[in-house]
Amino acid sequence: MDINGHDLIMACSAIGAGIGVISGIGPGVGQGIAAGYAANAVGRNPGAKGDITSTMLLGQAVAETTGLYGLLVAMLLLFVKPLA
Amino acid sequence: MIGANLSTGSVGLGHVVASDVQSSFMIKGVFSYELFGQKLYITTTGVSVFIVMSILVIFALVVNAKMKKADEIPGTFQCIVEMAVEALDNMVSSNIGAKHYKKYVNYIGTIFIFILLSNVSGLLGLRPPTADYGVTFPLGVMTFCIIHFVDFKYNKPSGVIKSLMEPWPFWLPINLVGDFAVPISMSLRLFANVLSGTIIMALIYGLLNMVAYAWPAFLHMYFDLFSGAIQTYVFCMLTMAYVSEKLGEN
Repeated sequence: MDINGHDLIMACSAIGAGIGVISGIGPGVGQGIAAGYAANAVGRNPGAKGDITSTMLLGQAVAETTGLYGLLVAMLLLFVKPLA
Repeated sequence: MIGANLSTGSVGLGHVVASDVQSSFMIKGVFSYELFGQKLYITTTGVSVFIVMSILVIFALVVNAKMKKADEIPGTFQCIVEMAVEALDNMVSSNIGAKHYKKYVNYIGTIFIFILLSNVSGLLGLRPPTADYGVTFPLGVMTFCIIHFVDFKYNKPSGVIKSLMEPWPFWLPINLVGDFAVPISMSLRLFANVLSGTIIMALIYGLLNMVAYAWPAFLHMYFDLFSGAIQTYVFCMLTMAYVSEKLGEN
């Protein structure tokens, strides 16, 4: 089995893509914290459930962005192959 | 392609599945034409945008014709359209304020309907137009223009310069970067969300083509309907938040 430079770059791109999507940990924790506090707030004030839910979803969607940047890097490495 | 490059000898199932999956969510040229000696393509995105646009235009014409003879006692169709318009009006007026919202409800309502239909068009078997950065970036740029138009109109150029120098004058480059990051981050957020849903659905249909019968419907519900609606809401919400921030006390 002979491995040339191109194969090595492809293999390392795949590893890099796998490492890139680890960035999903951060938004996961953040969204969980946001949902936890939202549940807390609904428990205190059930009347404001609609407002709390929409604020929570907006905050979570914004927090998700960093994770999506990691996903984007992984997608670029796998499908666009900028290094190969 | 990924599988084929690593295993030199056996170009079997791995190769077929991988290239099949990859080609099912990549943007492809449908029709090519020459312009100034340059070969250009009408891509799948162009076709989907055209379909989405024509649906919206036909719907608008139908609504226009029906509303010409609107009744005191509304029928089913009139009720639905009025509910939609009222919902958009309420969303915009609760964020921008009752005084100014009439000027912005046109733009925000339009991009809301367009992005929503684009995201949901994955259900129609199209490749969602918003899964192309060439569609979401112009949306971000339009929002950027609206934000800064409002800024210059209501805060006057002196106020704009003052707000760029906010804590201290040497903060100017950081504030400029922060301003120019807004359209990029907004468009990337929408693009990456829709693209991730598209790719995951393509992987599921491509890799599990024998076992993917009824149950991907639930994933469609999440990735196309729920995620698409949330991202539409977030895009419009952020536009309104930036506009109302620039409006200030006016």
